[in-house]
Amino acid sequence: MTVLLKNVRPYGEDAVDVLIKDGVIASIGESLSVSGAQVVDGTGLIALPGLVDLHTHLREPGREDTETVLTGSRAAALGGYTAVHAMANTDPVADTAGVVEQVWRLGRDAGLVDVVPVGAVTVGLGGTQLAELGAMADSAATVRVFSDDGHCVSDPALMRRALEYVKALDGVVAQHAEEPRLTVGAQMHEGDRSARLGLTGWPAVAEEAIIARDVLLAEHVGARLHVCHVSSAGSVELIRWAKSRGVQVTAEVTPHHLLLTDACAEGYDATFKVNPPLRTAEDVAALRAGLADGTIDAVATDHAPHAGEDKECEWSAARPGMLGLEQALSVVVDTMVDTGLLTWREVAMRMSVRPAQIGRLSHQGRPIAVGEPANLVLLDPTARATVDPAALASKSRNSPYVGRELPARVVHTLLRGELSVLDGKVQK
Amino acid sequence: MAPPSTLPTGVPGDLPDPASGGVQQLLSADDVTRVVDRIAHQLIERAASSTSSGDGLADLVLIGIPTRGAPLARRLAARIQAFTGAWVDVGTVDITLYRDDLRTRGVRALEDTRLPDAGIDGRLVVLVDDVLFSGRSVRAALDGLRDVGRPRAVQLAVLVDRGHRELPIKADFVGKNVPTARSQQVKVRLVEVDGVDGVTITGGADQ
Amino acid sequence: MKRHLLEASDLDRADATLVLDTAAQIESALAGREVKKLPTLRGRTVVNLFFEDSTRTRISFELAAKRLSADVINFSAKGSSVSKGESLKDTALTLEAMGADGIVVRHGASGAPHRLATWVQGSVVNAGDGTHEHPTQALLDAYTIRRRLGRLEGVTVVLTGDVLHSRVARSNVWLLHTLGAEVTLVAPPTLLPVGVGSWPVSVSYDLDAVLPHADVVMMLRVQAERMNASFFPSAREYSRRYGLDPDRMARMADHAIVMHPGPMNRGMEIAAEVADSPRSTIVEQVGNGVSVRMAVLYLLLGGPA
Repeated sequence: MTVLLKNVRPYGEDAVDVLIKDGVIASIGESLSVSGAQVVDGTGLIALPGLVDLHTHLREPGREDTETVLTGSRAAALGGYTAVHAMANTDPVADTAGVVEQVWRLGRDAGLVDVVPVGAVTVGLGGTQLAELGAMADSAATVRVFSDDGHCVSDPALMRRALEYVKALDGVVAQHAEEPRLTVGAQMHEGDRSARLGLTGWPAVAEEAIIARDVLLAEHVGARLHVCHVSSAGSVELIRWAKSRGVQVTAEVTPHHLLLTDACAEGYDATFKVNPPLRTAEDVAALRAGLADGTIDAVATDHAPHAGEDKECEWSAARPGMLGLEQALSVVVDTMVDTGLLTWREVAMRMSVRPAQIGRLSHQGRPIAVGEPANLVLLDPTARATVDPAALASKSRNSPYVGRELPARVVHTLLRGELSVLDGKVQK
Repeated sequence: MAPPSTLPTGVPGDLPDPASGGVQQLLSADDVTRVVDRIAHQLIERAASSTSSGDGLADLVLIGIPTRGAPLARRLAARIQAFTGAWVDVGTVDITLYRDDLRTRGVRALEDTRLPDAGIDGRLVVLVDDVLFSGRSVRAALDGLRDVGRPRAVQLAVLVDRGHRELPIKADFVGKNVPTARSQQVKVRLVEVDGVDGVTITGGADQ
Repeated sequence: MKRHLLEASDLDRADATLVLDTAAQIESALAGREVKKLPTLRGRTVVNLFFEDSTRTRISFELAAKRLSADVINFSAKGSSVSKGESLKDTALTLEAMGADGIVVRHGASGAPHRLATWVQGSVVNAGDGTHEHPTQALLDAYTIRRRLGRLEGVTVVLTGDVLHSRVARSNVWLLHTLGAEVTLVAPPTLLPVGVGSWPVSVSYDLDAVLPHADVVMMLRVQAERMNASFFPSAREYSRRYGLDPDRMARMADHAIVMHPGPMNRGMEIAAEVADSPRSTIVEQVGNGVSVRMAVLYLLLGGPA
């Protein structure tokens, strides 16, 4: 299969033609032409390596009413992703080779993005007994990222063991940092607003206390640590300090934490209820600065589909979580590129290269160069569109960006040289 | 257009000119004083003739309809006292909560309702208002009184009757009959509320 | 006035004063009457949607609506479709289909009335949502203060108790501030919200220090079970440090009054003799509640639909 991309701008730089053959970039130059190739006009479009998400909830098995691996893959491809890490809090939990292989197979059958299953750290996410991490690593799913996301591995002794154990697997524990005893009944960021709105607070210190503990543990045992969805200024500072000491810690931030604050809770629309919660403008500024200077390595969506009845209800009864795959790149452009905080090359680093490195994906997050796998996203940086819930590819509708105008539009996505998205439409 | 001629005029020769479109004075401050005195005398006569016991004024209650009916009722009571030496019971009944036009015109702030300690049961109540127009305010006042007690009889005293009744209501004591066009506005000013006494009519032909 | 009354800040100073004045007019209009009824809301349907038990507040709203001749429907969560799992949204849509003009709602979740208001055409009155607000309680409290002391501007109100979990405290803080009163909150630090520094109030941990300067001492309900989450060590210690007993009452200014939104934990936050003393407005607060709620219903539902 031969594809010729005409007039695209890799990393936003000069326009070139890119020829792709058998899933690999065959040549890059001016005015290329090849007979029998599918020609894609890339005039005005920027090319980036296909995006890699370290944190997605595909809900299958167990909650197929809200999302399946197929519908989630469609949403991912439309968002410019060529690989997504599917979190383990499914039903049954992905704590065995059997379940991770099932998810991996579903991803292959959908054939739109590489679905990389995340393995649970503990059996049933119960936080007391290590899951068979080795079996999951050795399975067809080749799990390298382990996480109890949704829950914190709060027992420090168990966290220590998990950090040590995965060293043998070239794996990493991705921690959902939340001291559960400080967040009992918590609904939103603890601050001036929660006091006024009468909603139990989720203090930033509950996240920061775990991060502080875990970076010291990781340092002590010489292991890699990844921190999921960093949400506070204090967390950014702790990670910056840990990195300066040489701790092998990496971190991710969600698009919604780069854009939205706890002001969204006014009016009690549970679309904006999420874990960790949206915090203050100062936190948003610190997260943007942290992503810009590399303290935060990656953007990860934490795409979390929910059924209508789990969101269209009183706040305290709602499940936390927001959609993110389809709008992630637009939000990053809005908050980081249009504000001058990141260049396109740096966007590629944060949304493709670093996530692939952290997840140990050798064929993703590669440079746009001859010989590299053709996992690419082509976007129109000048487009602006208002998010329409009816047009979302996800099975669910809980997007916090509904009605908001966002910049940049993904036009084409290629997975190993095959167009998964052509002209904004999924090809399967 | 010709003014409607449903009622005899109180004072001859001073029909407002509908074509003029401006503000015309109907009653001067002195006129108001004279008219109030005349009504007070009429009330005294009515009270005297209405009871067999002869103590008619003790039987009389003047109930003003806010806003301007209230000070008018108090003035009438003061004039009756000046003429007879007897104090007549005075009160007010706010009709806001009984209005039939809340749904269309919207809610408004309430006024005072204050009734004499002796109540109104079995007594002659005279409602007092500044202008009688459609009759709906009086109807609302009657509804309001009904929940308060059962007077022997209810009568009505108004400073100005401007015609255009929408209900079968008539005034028993009228200061001045003024035929008007519906589109015209009759404005009563009283010292207690507006700082000056007077009655004016505004507006010309129907729009 | 806004279409709904969801929280105290829905009322600016003019609106709040209008409610209090209207309540006073209604009270005097009905005083001494045998027939305590006004035709104003005839033909309007008011639904009392109570997801939390509350006999006192529900009856107060029911009386208020009936005295204005409205049709009243009482809906309590127990034994209804809600206990069978019907969602707030579906309940709202059902009431909407029945043509409820006004919905008075009490719910255990903060913000439930706000969500409800997005699903119905009628007016929503918040009768207490979670730990968020209870605006008509604050209105009747302000009305009571104004009646007893003759004014609200510059009045010093000391609110003592579990501020963190109290919707009555929140509504009172905002409404009293709007009406020009000075509010002081007194509680152990564990029962004050983290954001309280941004509120227009003074804060003290020492009840004895602020009592002599208070014109109004309002005691909030404190649940003894809170000690199980370590908000305070024991009921005994709480009541010793923050309870209003006769000794403390004696140190209040002569004119100062004692208030409580009810229900009281006699012996916990307030001693029996204090609750029953002439300074206490607890009983008249209940009567004032009906007049104030009549005023609210009139102002929200009396006009065009």
